[in-house]
Amino acid sequence: MLFYLCIFLPFIGAAIVGAFGSVLKDKGSQTITCSAMTLSFVMSIIIFHDVALNGNAQTVKIFDWIVSGDFHVEWALRFDTLTAVMLIVVIGVSTLVHFYSIGYMNHDPHNPRFFSYLSLFTFFMLMLVTSDNFLQLFFGWEGVGLASYLLIGFWYQKPSANAAAIKAFLVNRVGDFGFALGIMGVFLLYGSVSFDTVFSGTPDKAGVTMEFLGGDYHALTVVCLLLFVGAMGKSAQLGLHTWLPDAMEGPTPVSALIHAATMVTAGVFMIARLSPIFEYSETALAVVTIVGASTAFFAATVGLCQNDIKRVIAYSTCSQLGYMFFACGVSAYAAGIFHLFTHAFFKALLFLGAGSVIHAMSDEQDMRKMGGIWRDIKFTYLMMWIGSLALSGVPFFSGFYSKDIVIEAAFASKSIVGDYAFMLGMVAAFITAFYSWRLLLMTFHGSSRADEKTLAHIHESPKIMTVPLMLLAFGAVFGGWAGYDFFVGDRMNEFWGDALFVAEGHTALRDAKDVPIWVKIGPIFMGISGIGLAYWLYMFRPYYPGLIAKRLKFTYKFLLNKWYFDQLYDRCFVKPAKYLGHSLWKDGDGTLIDGLGPDGIASALRYLARKASSIQTGYVYHYAFAMLIGVAVLVSFYLSGLGK
Amino acid sequence: MLEGLPFLSIITFLPLVGALFIAIQKEDNAGIRNSRTAALWTSLFTFCLSLFLWFGFERGTAKFQFVEKVPWLETFGINYHMGVDGISVLFVLLSTFLTPICILASWDSIQVRIKDYMVAFLVLETLMVGMFCALDMVLFYIFFEGVLIPMFLIIGVWGGERRVYAAFKFFLYTLTGSVLMLLAIIAIYLMLDTTDIPVIMNLSLSKEIQLWLWLAFFASFAVKIPMWPVHTWLPDAHVEAPTAGSVILAGVLLKMGGYGFLRFSVPMMPLASDFFTPLVFSLSIIAVIYTSLVALVQSDMKKLIAYSSVAHMGFVTLGIFALNTQGVQGAIYQMLSHGVVSAALFLCVGVVYDRMHTKLIDRYGGLVERMPLYSVTFMLFMLASVGLPGTGGFIGEFLVLVGLFNINTTVAFLAAVGVVLGAAYMLWLYRRVIFGKLTRDDLKTIKDINAREITVFVPLVILTIWMGIYPAPFLEIMDASVNNLLERHNVALSAIADNPTMASKN
Repeated sequence: MLFYLCIFLPFIGAAIVGAFGSVLKDKGSQTITCSAMTLSFVMSIIIFHDVALNGNAQTVKIFDWIVSGDFHVEWALRFDTLTAVMLIVVIGVSTLVHFYSIGYMNHDPHNPRFFSYLSLFTFFMLMLVTSDNFLQLFFGWEGVGLASYLLIGFWYQKPSANAAAIKAFLVNRVGDFGFALGIMGVFLLYGSVSFDTVFSGTPDKAGVTMEFLGGDYHALTVVCLLLFVGAMGKSAQLGLHTWLPDAMEGPTPVSALIHAATMVTAGVFMIARLSPIFEYSETALAVVTIVGASTAFFAATVGLCQNDIKRVIAYSTCSQLGYMFFACGVSAYAAGIFHLFTHAFFKALLFLGAGSVIHAMSDEQDMRKMGGIWRDIKFTYLMMWIGSLALSGVPFFSGFYSKDIVIEAAFASKSIVGDYAFMLGMVAAFITAFYSWRLLLMTFHGSSRADEKTLAHIHESPKIMTVPLMLLAFGAVFGGWAGYDFFVGDRMNEFWGDALFVAEGHTALRDAKDVPIWVKIGPIFMGISGIGLAYWLYMFRPYYPGLIAKRLKFTYKFLLNKWYFDQLYDRCFVKPAKYLGHSLWKDGDGTLIDGLGPDGIASALRYLARKASSIQTGYVYHYAFAMLIGVAVLVSFYLSGLGK
Repeated sequence: MLEGLPFLSIITFLPLVGALFIAIQKEDNAGIRNSRTAALWTSLFTFCLSLFLWFGFERGTAKFQFVEKVPWLETFGINYHMGVDGISVLFVLLSTFLTPICILASWDSIQVRIKDYMVAFLVLETLMVGMFCALDMVLFYIFFEGVLIPMFLIIGVWGGERRVYAAFKFFLYTLTGSVLMLLAIIAIYLMLDTTDIPVIMNLSLSKEIQLWLWLAFFASFAVKIPMWPVHTWLPDAHVEAPTAGSVILAGVLLKMGGYGFLRFSVPMMPLASDFFTPLVFSLSIIAVIYTSLVALVQSDMKKLIAYSSVAHMGFVTLGIFALNTQGVQGAIYQMLSHGVVSAALFLCVGVVYDRMHTKLIDRYGGLVERMPLYSVTFMLFMLASVGLPGTGGFIGEFLVLVGLFNINTTVAFLAAVGVVLGAAYMLWLYRRVIFGKLTRDDLKTIKDINAREITVFVPLVILTIWMGIYPAPFLEIMDASVNNLLERHNVALSAIADNPTMASKN
């Protein structure tokens, strides 16, 4: 019952508010969804205690979903440590965001709809993390995608919001295309899509090959790579990342919840959940590492040059997700999830803090129009500091613990891809610290670049918004310190139980504790020097950045335009699809098929009819003659015996 | 109590009785009112009766049930033979379910020759139900062809501006296919001296003959479903048909082709089905991708949904010819869910068409402002059409892909591309109609769906979600029949493999 309530309360809240929002009005909708979330959060703590700390992993079956021959799928809720951690993160952040939104969405006329969507999202996310089989995972997966689509496009009057919503859905569809094929591959290989059956059957499949698109490949590698395409879509990894920055069109609480703390981490969760399969494919793990590391670097560089405060944080999210991925890629799943856990706090904090700034600045998001406002919103300023310190990996803030272990594990994996990840991870750590302080200084310091009207309105956010910020800040400060022992420290094995699987030879995480001292200090050094450089540049030499941008015009343009991914995709996919569609319609259906088919035959018949009518002379004897011929043919036909 | 009754015949011909009653009504106001009410009650009552099939149907067996068999054309040995198995019973229910919805949807939108319209719809119901129940080829053919006539009239009389062109295109296309099917039926009769479907299923024909017969049947079913490249009648027919006409066309008539494959091609011509699988796969893959791309650039809502139907039906043919459990069950499921979802989508178009008298996408935008309830409804069906898990559209599509992946990963891969494109055109359509700023003056007074329209949508909404969350009952009822179909198919194939002299080599 506890399990059911924990998962379904958000849904009940969403359904009630969705159906009766117009009657409940703003107050009623907020009360119902927020209390449902709070209750659910209390239960998630109980579950966490029971499952993760006391080691009572369990699965609750609900009912059959699809039964078609051997293809048998159930609705079921699976609770193990991995799930329990995700429950805390998802429900915890979601609850805070619900409360924060009461303040943030204060002036919006569509409160019931907003809260209904938020709760609905939470429900789908919970279905995702509690799934017991691939298909339910897919259900949650697409469900959060739907919620994300709805929330990005929440302000439906803005064309840019609509475009971003569609883009998010479609790019994710491309990812899900791989995911779905992966599930089919799993079924083909194991005859089942239930996690338990698949995981226990994997050792036997280690050497099996499989036909895919005409070639014969290592089966587990094919399956893992296909599934990974799904993870790349949802977690905005290089190539399928283009939707995430655009998703910032949605209200800021949404960015904090969906596009920072929870949904975008689903890909990392998926890899960790499927560790029993991924561990058997070195190739797949290598790909995960490379993609993760490249994304960490790529997104950090783009984050350097963005001017929209939310976009900077969005690229930062993209980059941090890269860290989580390459942690998984070197078999340090626990480290990846640890970073996911701490990241949820400080990134949600940063987003909500940014929201508070935007709120104060009368919906201005461009950092070039901010500056010098720290005195007016001291609390928000402090929160942003904490978030940035944690993000940059400054010692004893939460990000320090998790980012360090991720980078160390990459080093300790002693493989080429591991080294690649280690190096890019180090560089990205530097850039991360740099752009974090660029953001802080551009937003809060220097001379103010906002107009009079905005400046007159600057105000600190109400309590309902600051209290959630405080709680998140608490997590951003102490989360790493408190979690270290459990997630990656001495009590690791006991904590995770059977939730994660690491193959014999993969010792990166264990060896991470014995890396040379320069590796241990390296990330800290990178972080602090990044901060230092940014501070120097933006505080004391504020004209330098502009100068550098002019000098390195090409690089700057390249970064500002996000490596031209959007333009490339537009040129390669969007335009050709429309062009092709149009020509297939007009030329294919119109000219070719209809021209040769019905319309062609019709006009041919009309032509014949005209010819025939010219034979119609009107003389009776002509007709009589024609009839005679006809009769003659018929008679001879019968006489010859053919007509029998 | 039920055993003695000719249950299927009652369900089949009850609408005809209603039609007769309406036909004798006068052309005055009272008569018009009576004809509407009579049509609704008749179809509702028929639906309730057909529910007995659902509850009375014995699961777990592949045999035909509710069988009726009386001599009919005795000189030729042709019987009036009716019965349903786990496959056809679902289509009977689909037909009886959609007819009252169609009648209710036409309540206000049809203003001319209302009496005739209702008669046409009830006659159409009789023919559709009869077709799915018929277990004799001649009987089947009569129903199958008969369907053409009321549909032709519905498009041609109550349709849009180019209705005559569309009606003739529809008629000629389908008739051409059917003529070949008639020849095939005659050929079977001449060879086997029977037209009894269950009997023929148990006989085997030589491969050579199977190939020819298969092609003849294919000509008819491929047009009906429709497959690329004989699909061009469908967009025109949909655009010109009145809303309810589109509903029944997309909801039931397209399924006649898929049903035909399952009833004739696969069980009677197993070797040919196997032989032609690559052809079907190629045409279906082209259909899925080609029509999805074409749908992307449509400016008329109905045309867009019509093209999407062709793509969805591509999945059906793919699934059927995957010839494994998931493929075939997925195909049947896809037909059912598409029957519900595309019907609902056409109804959604109908709602705004009734108000604005245009189907052009550009004429809309920002409807959510004035029509929140409508927007939610439309959203649900749009997502179901996209195949979002949790809606009926997902189950069929996914099962088909699972079935395909098991036999040919490349085909599965290409078909899955269609799923991505499908999301593109539907979301794009939805955005242009529902979202954005409401700027047009004539839209500023548009009204949300009324009580009658809500009544029309509620059953469709429930069914769409039910089919997504708990598809087990539907899969269960068809399970035995599908397995039987596939077992026989495999037996037939292995018989050839064991004894290659029986037919020319594969």
